[in-house]
Amino acid sequence: MSVHPPIQVERVSKRFGKKVVIDDVSLDVRAGEIFGLLGPSGAGKTTLVRMIAGIDQASEGTIRVLGANMPNLGAMKRIGFMAQSDALYGELTALENMQFFASIYGLRGKKQKERIDDMLALVNLTDDRKKPVHQYSGGMKRRLSLAIALLHEPDVLILDEPTVGIDPVLRQSIWAELERIRQRGTTIVVTTHVMDEAEKCGRLGMIREGRLIAVGRPDELKQKAGAETIEQAFLTFGGARR
Amino acid sequence: MRVMAIVVRIIRQFFRDKRTLALMIVAPMFILLLMDLVFNGEQYKPAIAVSEHVPDMVVDKLKEAGAKVKELSEQQAREQLDDQDIDAWLEMNGSAPHVTLEGSDPTANQAVMAAVQQAFQSMAPKPPFQLKTTYWHGSSDMASFDYFGPVLIGFFVFFFVFLIAGVSFLRERTNGTLERLMATPLRRWEMVAGYMIGFGLFTTIQASLISWFAIDGLDMMMEGSFGYVLLITFLLAMTALALGMLLSAFANNELQMMQFIPLVVVPQVFFSGLFNLDTMEEWLRSLSVIMPLTYGADALRDIMVRGKGFSAIAVDVYVLLGFTLLFMVLNVVALKKYRKL
Repeated sequence: MSVHPPIQVERVSKRFGKKVVIDDVSLDVRAGEIFGLLGPSGAGKTTLVRMIAGIDQASEGTIRVLGANMPNLGAMKRIGFMAQSDALYGELTALENMQFFASIYGLRGKKQKERIDDMLALVNLTDDRKKPVHQYSGGMKRRLSLAIALLHEPDVLILDEPTVGIDPVLRQSIWAELERIRQRGTTIVVTTHVMDEAEKCGRLGMIREGRLIAVGRPDELKQKAGAETIEQAFLTFGGARR
Repeated sequence: MRVMAIVVRIIRQFFRDKRTLALMIVAPMFILLLMDLVFNGEQYKPAIAVSEHVPDMVVDKLKEAGAKVKELSEQQAREQLDDQDIDAWLEMNGSAPHVTLEGSDPTANQAVMAAVQQAFQSMAPKPPFQLKTTYWHGSSDMASFDYFGPVLIGFFVFFFVFLIAGVSFLRERTNGTLERLMATPLRRWEMVAGYMIGFGLFTTIQASLISWFAIDGLDMMMEGSFGYVLLITFLLAMTALALGMLLSAFANNELQMMQFIPLVVVPQVFFSGLFNLDTMEEWLRSLSVIMPLTYGADALRDIMVRGKGFSAIAVDVYVLLGFTLLFMVLNVVALKKYRKL
């Protein structure tokens, strides 16, 4: 692992036409941490992670992931991405979906089978692997999406609202899963608009109207804002109070 | 290889979606069959009423010419013309025949006139020589379906592939999988190539079955080589595939994809040779140059009706290949909407 942080965002702005969606954001994500991007919907979280994942290009500034300027296909091989909506092929089974994405990442033969079996077991879908995905519940689809994002053992995992619309029990288990993945050395970026989820992140970036208003550990941020909860801290940094 | 991953996936999806599979193959056959029944039906038998002054010989000749003949008074004839029970009323004023046509159906009009003319002609003295006719292409028992047929084969292959490819690729856009794929190292050209190969396999089967059904099943006129027919239908299908994918970039949902049918598909029918364009304004006629179906239909007609070989269809083959490549390149460019790289 290089000495540089795996994700470096430097003075990045993104405009769609005249609308500024991301405004001069700089941040580093350190190796092996869970970095949370917290903000209301429409704040620009998705746009930012899409740029980090290499799908979108910054209008200004640079993004370096694993030492490469994004977008870069080489770096994208080492990134796992889970989109906000489940991008799955409903008529195919879970297994077939995984086989497809595994081959896209160049996994084949025995290695492919091993990884698929491992990931299915990890998200607890082994018994349902031969069901077509359109029969899956929302939670099962989310878990399958997560398993697919992890298939190629990415060094960086980017998750866009992974727990939206998921029941609390399942949400708990996904976060436990993320923690296990992190312990194996994967760097994780996760977006959320749920304040109590933010507490589970190693560090947090608060985003409001395209601007990064605060970065730090959850307890640090609360202390700095003199707030009891993350939500209050967010309001303070966002300029709603004081 | 990543392209193969897409091919395998498309094939799997196809087998899950049996209805679409059936639509691609059975629907064109069904419509061709209907067309065959409509255009190859028995010749129309006109119902002609005659006045009592019309000689029996004329009546016999009319019957010989295929008409249904009955004798009516003028009053009855008027009523039946009005009720469309008869197609025409024939009377004799002295030696001059006079026909009153019901007149609203051109097919019936023509049939009446042909019968009447044939009847009176056969009574006239024989001309001193008879015209000998030789068919350079075709034959005297060629039906109009034989002439439309090649265009129809081309059209149905084009239409159904265009629709299904467009909707499939659109679905990939709308359900987020395309965007998800753009977060993988998959290259844009690999995406397009995967689709072309995956769908290409199916369209090959589809085009073969449709051509076989039309030629062997419906006994459509076939002078040339079946291999060339397959080549052209395959190329047409690939053009439709690439064009459907491309246009799906400009549609936000299935309904908007359907809106391309009157814009893109239907005009091609009019310009591809189903109707004679010689009476059309020159500049308007030249529009057909940009329509893939023109080349496909032209080549299919050359092969099936005129029995020509590769040299006659070479230009059409190259143009169709060119269209396919052009649309593929444009597809790769259009995917930039999802990822710049």
